[in-house]
Amino acid sequence: MNFESNEEQRLLTDSVRRFIDKDYDFEKRRKIIASPEGWDSNAWAALAEMGVTALALPAEYDGFDGGAVDLMGIMEAFGAGLVVEPFLPTVLAGRLVMAAGSEAQRRAILPRVASGELRLAFAHLERGARFDLSRVGAEAKRTGDAWTISGEKRAVVGAPVAGKLVVSARTPSGLGLFLIDTQDAELKRHATVDGMRVADVLLFNAKAELLGDGAATLAKIEEVNDFGTALVCAEAVGAMKYACDTTLDYLKTRKQFGVTIGSFQALQHRMVDMYIASELSRSMTCLACSKVDATGDAKERAHAVSAAKIKISDSARLISQEAVQLHGGMGMTEELKVSHTFRRLTVIAEQFGDEDYHLTRFGAL
Amino acid sequence: MDLNYSDEELVFRDEIRSWLAANLPQDLREKVETYAELTRDDLMRWHRILAQKGWVAPSWQKEWGGTDWTPVQRNIFEEECGFASAPPLMLFGLHMCGPVLQRFGTQAQKERFLPRIYNGDDFWCQGYSEPGSGSDLASLKTRAERQGDHYVVNGQKIWTTLAHYADWIFCLVRADPSTDKKQDGISFLLIDMKTPGITVRPLMLMDGVRHVNEVFFDDVKVPVENLVHEEGKGWTVAKYLLGHERMSAGRTGVSKRELAKLKELAASQPGNDGKAIIEDPHFRAKLTRLEVELMALEITNLRFLDEMRRTGQPPGADVSMLKIKGTEIQQTLTELMMRAADPADLEKYEVLARRYFNMRKTTIYGGSNEVQRNIIAKMTFGL
Ligand SMILES: Cc1cc2nc3c(=O)[nH]c(=O)nc-3n(C[C@H](O)[C@H](O)[C@H](O)COP(=O)(O)OP(=O)(O)OC[C@H]3O[C@@H](n4cnc5c(N)ncnc54)[C@H](O)[C@@H]3O)c2cc1C
Repeated sequence: MNFESNEEQRLLTDSVRRFIDKDYDFEKRRKIIASPEGWDSNAWAALAEMGVTALALPAEYDGFDGGAVDLMGIMEAFGAGLVVEPFLPTVLAGRLVMAAGSEAQRRAILPRVASGELRLAFAHLERGARFDLSRVGAEAKRTGDAWTISGEKRAVVGAPVAGKLVVSARTPSGLGLFLIDTQDAELKRHATVDGMRVADVLLFNAKAELLGDGAATLAKIEEVNDFGTALVCAEAVGAMKYACDTTLDYLKTRKQFGVTIGSFQALQHRMVDMYIASELSRSMTCLACSKVDATGDAKERAHAVSAAKIKISDSARLISQEAVQLHGGMGMTEELKVSHTFRRLTVIAEQFGDEDYHLTRFGAL
Repeated sequence: MDLNYSDEELVFRDEIRSWLAANLPQDLREKVETYAELTRDDLMRWHRILAQKGWVAPSWQKEWGGTDWTPVQRNIFEEECGFASAPPLMLFGLHMCGPVLQRFGTQAQKERFLPRIYNGDDFWCQGYSEPGSGSDLASLKTRAERQGDHYVVNGQKIWTTLAHYADWIFCLVRADPSTDKKQDGISFLLIDMKTPGITVRPLMLMDGVRHVNEVFFDDVKVPVENLVHEEGKGWTVAKYLLGHERMSAGRTGVSKRELAKLKELAASQPGNDGKAIIEDPHFRAKLTRLEVELMALEITNLRFLDEMRRTGQPPGADVSMLKIKGTEIQQTLTELMMRAADPADLEKYEVLARRYFNMRKTTIYGGSNEVQRNIIAKMTFGL
């Protein structure tokens, strides 16, 4: 057993952290989320330069053969810095291309993802499905060798800045995964409350390329979704750590009644509970990341990931709410980063399934 | 013991209910129900409709427009307004400045201000908090120096709700900085927002809406006749108000309406299995717990009202529990609404999420819930 990161993981995480400290501070992020594009191509290029976009792809497609454990520290840094660039959607969709696509398709797509040139998003969610991955209504039609898709995908994170989308749709043999050019879809763009860019993706006989379909497709989606869940847990751990650190600073500096508010035992205990929740979340994230990397057993993987997500959703809510409360009025302002961390943690608590969904999933395993 | 309303109370309730049904403008009701932002005009329009009917300030003294209702009737009225999705009344004039003037004001002050508050001619805001003085309000520094027949006010207030709408602000200011006890030497001043030297700067909250402001005072001249009560006795006034504030913090009427809306929403939004989310056992359990909390709050609230009715005395420190529980319930309501929304419905999610963000304020303002717990610990337990 060993919880320590290896040399390579440490080096890369450190350089990502340094980059965020230096070039992605809160002011910079404010400008990025207020910009029309909602992301920063220079920041993206810098991450690609460091090898972040290649990390979780196989070496034969210019990647580094990494997994969730390798990405943990980086996702934490993204969570602490509230990075909005579409890394997570790109990685997920890339891994779906890997899981479902042909050799030729992998070769055409993945090196471009690894280099940072191509961003992807996974268009799956539909109205009425909530977190049930199997509920897909979009239809794929085949005419000769050509496929088209019609349907509406909702709240697709990263879609507005993705060159291509991986889309799930019904085929005669069940569920299928397809690749489409984003420009072949109609996008309704939104900026979400946590500063991310998402889009509703409307498809009317959109030209599509089949990656793969059939009985195994859902299992592939589930596997990649679990991978994403583990990563977003790591992101949450970084955001929680920031929320705890900045709240602790505030308790040590804010004075009322002639003393620092951190001298009130009522608040000390709350701070300790926040800290404990963040540490337990870190533990569960370690578990989830190592299981998604190591195990071929879908049940064991799901068990760890759902457990982690339950813990992370609960902790995200507790820590975000307490961080704001202990800041008093200041916690409510747009001007303080902690209110943005609050919003990201609110969204993360539901992303890839809220705790109710995972309670049911865990219970049924 | 009889926990039911009396026949007269039921008649009263029906009267209120049918009047609201006939007189609450549809567009205002819709705005409240869709959580749209209410403009100054919206707020004042409803205020004036109630003023015309004679119901805008039930708890005021009769001669200034009070209704002479019992505490239970007042509660029924507030609940019915909540149910009907009436816009909130702006408390700063009606529930704060008005009662203060009736209790401590001179006859001239009453005549000058009360009718204008009643009729909605003036919009008031509350200038208590300062950057260094939130929970420790008595440490406030904004200075009011007497110069002839004026006070000259210098300093800064913060978190001033809707100061950008306000015609008047009532302020706690320091008249005498040399007192031993910080509670002494504070005065309660009424200041015209149009006075030269006042600057209002917006503070954006995390739901992206301008609710609060910073208000700066730079050599602002305030006539001495705008002093309420005696110089240096402002803390007595503030403490009197505190009780008033907490009693109305339960807001059970609004919460009952929101609970009904939450149930409606949850019945319309999909769960993970194709059925509505309200049928999800985990969600359902949370919803039920919330409903039980609200029932408990409502009955507790009625117990306080009953005691007020019997003793004729304002409630003691224990009313803090209404503020604590009432705000926790309001927050959980918005949280469950946000979580009930179909995550695929971005617009709906966003409206409900912003409301959830905004409601985090309720456990912070009006005396934070930590401070309310301190009050019970100290006053009720003697700890
Ligand atoms: C949306 C909004 C609207 C507002 N509107 C108005 C308004 O119109 N007019 C006005 O005057 N003010 C207004 N306020 C200010 C509000 O009353 C203060 O925010 C509140 O009193 C808390 O003060 P603070 O923000 O300085 O927090 P602080 O007092 O600094 O408190 C920080 C944290 O420490 C806790 N704490 C402080 N003291 C203790 C203690 N002794 N024991 C345990 N815990 C403690 C607090 O509960 C809080 O969690 C508003 C605030 C908000 C957020």
